[in-house]
Amino acid sequence: MIRYADSVVTIAKLRGDAVCVSTMTQSGYWAKESKRPDLDVYISNGMSKASSVALGIALGRPDRKVLTLDGDGSLLMNLGSLVTIAGMAPVNFYHFVFDNGIYAVTGGQPVPHRADFKALALASGYRAAYDFDDLESFVTELPRMLREPGPVMVNLRTVAESAAHGVDQTWESNARMPKQMRVVQAALAKGKQ
Amino acid sequence: MLALRPQVPSTLMGGLEEGAGSMKHGILRASRLVETLKGQGVTHIVALPDSETSHFHNALRAGKAIDLVPVSREGESIPIAAGLWIAGKKPVVMIQNAGLFESGDALRGMALGINLPVVMFIGYRGYNRHGDTPDTAAQFLEPFLHMWRVNYYIIESDDDLDRIPLAFQRAEKTGQPWAVLIGSEYAPG
Repeated sequence: MIRYADSVVTIAKLRGDAVCVSTMTQSGYWAKESKRPDLDVYISNGMSKASSVALGIALGRPDRKVLTLDGDGSLLMNLGSLVTIAGMAPVNFYHFVFDNGIYAVTGGQPVPHRADFKALALASGYRAAYDFDDLESFVTELPRMLREPGPVMVNLRTVAESAAHGVDQTWESNARMPKQMRVVQAALAKGKQ
Repeated sequence: MLALRPQVPSTLMGGLEEGAGSMKHGILRASRLVETLKGQGVTHIVALPDSETSHFHNALRAGKAIDLVPVSREGESIPIAAGLWIAGKKPVVMIQNAGLFESGDALRGMALGINLPVVMFIGYRGYNRHGDTPDTAAQFLEPFLHMWRVNYYIIESDDDLDRIPLAFQRAEKTGQPWAVLIGSEYAPG
C-alpha cells in the first residue's frame, strides 16, 4: 500500500509546469508539496468534479500537461466522466486516483464497492491505465507514464487515512477556490504570451 | 435524455411545415444560433443532445468553427466549462431542463460558487406559451432558476436572438451564470 504523502511528493517532483487539479484529501497533501501554487486548482466545493474541471483545462490548453488528483469516492460519483474524457482523448491528461476504499473526509466510511479503476479506464477508452500498490514501482514508472500520450490513468492503492476533520466550509475557505482559479487563469494567460 | 416534443402553438409551428414558409417569425434556425454564438467569440459548446437540439448539432458540426464537447451526463458540463474558462476559453453549456435539475450541485459549486460568467442554453422541454403543460420538467424549470437566483431569457424564434448577446453581456458584468431557455425546437437551415 502507498501512503498519500509519499505519492504526492513523487508527483510534485515531476510535475514541471503542469496544471494540477486536486480534490478532497489529496488537496491537503498537495498544498504542502507543490512548488507551483500558481498552477494549482483545488476543488473544495464541487463534489467529484475535479476530473471534469481538469478536462476543460486540458482541452483549452493542449500545450500544457494537466494532472488531476482524484479520489475513488469522488470518481464513483462522476464515473461517466471517464467516457467523456476518453471521447475527447486529450493527450495532455493524467488522471491519478487515490484508491483507499473509504470516504476519508466524512470519517472513513467504506465506498459501496472496491471497483477496478484501471479496468474501467481502459474499457472507457483511456490510452493507458496502471495500478500500483507499492511506492517503489510507482516512483520508477512515473517518469515514463508522464511521457506517454494521455489520457492516462494511474490508480494508487492508498493506505486508508481518515481525515482528522472534514472539508472546511467557512466563508474564508469558500472564497479561496474562486480566487485560486483566477490565479491559475492569470498564470496560464501569462504563460501564453 | 428522452424528451417530449414541446407543445408549441400552431402559429409558431407554421414555419416548419412545407408551404408555410412565409411565417418566418415562428422559426428558430439552428444555423442562425450557431452564427450568433460565433459572433460572441464562443470557443466550445459543452453539451448533451436532446430531441429538440438535433438540428442544432448538425449545424454545429457543419460549421466547424466551435468545438463540441459531448458529455456523458449533464452534471459534467458546468465543471468542464469552468475548466475551459480557467484555460482562457469562452465556453457555453447546452443541456435540457431535466439535465439542469441533474446538475444542481455543479451549478451551486462550480458556477454560482466561483462566479463563473457562463451562458447556459437550456432546452425548455414541455414548454408552451399558454403554460398548461403536463410535463413537470417544464413546470419546475423557471421556479428552479428563481430558487438558484439564476437570471434567464426565453427564446422561441430568430426574432429573439438579440437576447443572446445581452445574456453574454449580463454574465460578464455580473460574474454569474445566465440562462437562455430554448422554447421551441430548432429548425434546419
